[in-house]
Amino acid sequence: MTTTAVAPSRHRTPGAVRRLVRRNLTAYGFLCGALICFAFFSWYPMVREILLSFQKTNFVGPPEWVGLDNFRTVTEDSAFAAAWYNTAAFTLLALVIGYAVPFVLAIVLNELRHAKAYLRFVVYLPVMLPPAVAVLLFKWFYDPGPGLFNQILALAHLPGLSWLDSTSTALVSLVIVSTWMNLGTGTLIYLAALQSIPSELYEAAELDGAGLFKRVWHVTIPQTKLILLVMLLLQIVATMQVFIEPYLLTGGGPENATVTVAYLMYQYAFSFGNFGGGGALGLMLMIVLMVFSAIYLRVSRDDKI
Amino acid sequence: MSSSTMRSSGGLRPDRLARPVPPPAGDRPSRPPRRRPRREPARQFRGLVSPQTLSTTRGKIIYWTVLVTVVAGFTAVFVFPLYWMVTSALKSPDELAQIPPTLLPSAPDFSVYAEAWDQLDLGTFLRNTVIYAAGAWLFTLAIDVTAAYALSKLRPVLGKLVLAGMLATLMIPPMVILLPAYLTVKDLPILGWNLINTPWAIWLPAAANGFFIFLLKRFFDSIPRELLEAAEIDGAGPARILWSIVLPVSRPIIGVVSILSVVNVWKDFVWPLLVLPDGEKMPISVGISSLSAQMPQNVLMAALVIASLPAIIVFFVFQRSIMAGLTAGSLKG
Repeated sequence: MTTTAVAPSRHRTPGAVRRLVRRNLTAYGFLCGALICFAFFSWYPMVREILLSFQKTNFVGPPEWVGLDNFRTVTEDSAFAAAWYNTAAFTLLALVIGYAVPFVLAIVLNELRHAKAYLRFVVYLPVMLPPAVAVLLFKWFYDPGPGLFNQILALAHLPGLSWLDSTSTALVSLVIVSTWMNLGTGTLIYLAALQSIPSELYEAAELDGAGLFKRVWHVTIPQTKLILLVMLLLQIVATMQVFIEPYLLTGGGPENATVTVAYLMYQYAFSFGNFGGGGALGLMLMIVLMVFSAIYLRVSRDDKI
Repeated sequence: MSSSTMRSSGGLRPDRLARPVPPPAGDRPSRPPRRRPRREPARQFRGLVSPQTLSTTRGKIIYWTVLVTVVAGFTAVFVFPLYWMVTSALKSPDELAQIPPTLLPSAPDFSVYAEAWDQLDLGTFLRNTVIYAAGAWLFTLAIDVTAAYALSKLRPVLGKLVLAGMLATLMIPPMVILLPAYLTVKDLPILGWNLINTPWAIWLPAAANGFFIFLLKRFFDSIPRELLEAAEIDGAGPARILWSIVLPVSRPIIGVVSILSVVNVWKDFVWPLLVLPDGEKMPISVGISSLSAQMPQNVLMAALVIASLPAIIVFFVFQRSIMAGLTAGSLKG
């Protein structure tokens, strides 16, 4: 601890003690707002999340301890397996589409010497839109009749899809919206990382006769390895919490094809009034996500970017 | 905020602004100076492709083909949907249902914007959103700046534990504590207050942001101690030092935190959906989506345009700070 950092070698005279007490009082005076906010809105809810999942909350009397009942209710629900499957599938699909694409875009953008400001602005534009706006906009695009996507398919003489209304395309449709509105973040972060790669490395690789793809493989990727890993973990944690897309686009349907864990948790609490069941789902999701978060913290602690 | 200090994330270090005072060794325990090589402005930047390759005829042809493809592709993917949103709003319901669709509205009808404004009560929603964002911004700054300053410069007993507790919240994804946080806001422990349908339900949780504390504390850590000690010798108290010395040199990071906090509130959906169920109290994105089902398509599109305009304008004006904030967080500096 650092309380003695100011006067490491001095003895603690009464004056020094008084100063120390005063400094601590001032410090906690400055900290009290944050301590109150964190206590109420972060720390206590973290503890309460665990309690909640073992309790039955009915808002009339005090909560009742029910052991593992909530977990039993939730796991016996037919939507439970679907929710985990969909969440995993959503995350994987979002990774397939949404993870490599920003990196490739960033590599290309980094080579361009014109229209840079425009391209950077445009790629980040969807990120700035409120997600609800982007999702509702895409809901209109997915309209099976006059919606934009089927019109484009018609232009190419392809049969239209039923997008959100079919079990086979609904989840993919959600991934497309989600990717569209989040792509810019990764692209700009990678771009910043790419700009920090020293030119000498590319020059040396080129002198050694490395072609374009070899340079990407042997210079670009090793130089951005850490940020690639960090973004991978961040994206997994972010996409596993997917809620707004199923909430606004499909309501979990058709036939539970787009129910996600977060959405099921919301349904348990606010449609079925079962906060214990919602809490149990939340706790399971928390455990899974904490694994990724813990790896992320480990990785980002190696401060070697 | 001067643009030169915001040009890159490297601008976010006050020790570069205050070069005459050498930072004493050991003052920044966990944060060694970044070793990211910075290219001199005079030197030509190169990436994967060397300038020599680019200057050949073949290189030029390939470069311009790629450039045109990328510009066209980005425009199609990221701008065209927005164009479609704006023009869909201007079409009549009949024209919207038409197959194939028209690229330009045949008879643009701007009255739809007024209609959307009235029917969806967008004025109220926008006013609410502004109130939530402004309040969240004020509370975030007031609470997080003082806390980060106390943790960084006053270093109280148990300060490290408090900081660890705050940073630990970064590991908890917001979605998993959604229900307990909602129950807490509904019936605040000890106090028994119900904050549902009040702005406090947005403002106070917004201030409990470990990431902002982390950004601010790291910035304050890099302010040379001599600066503060000189003020202390002149008799300035901690509050005075924070106000007259720390805040002025911290303008870049405060700008980043300000914009991030406003954007966070503006974009948030799930939390206001839960804690502001009253139609009169909703922010714009919750309000529009709650009414979206019963709106004609063109009115809904007009509402979406109105809802996205503030975000686009803010982005246009504060582009640099927003992008600096983005990289400040994820590249760790």
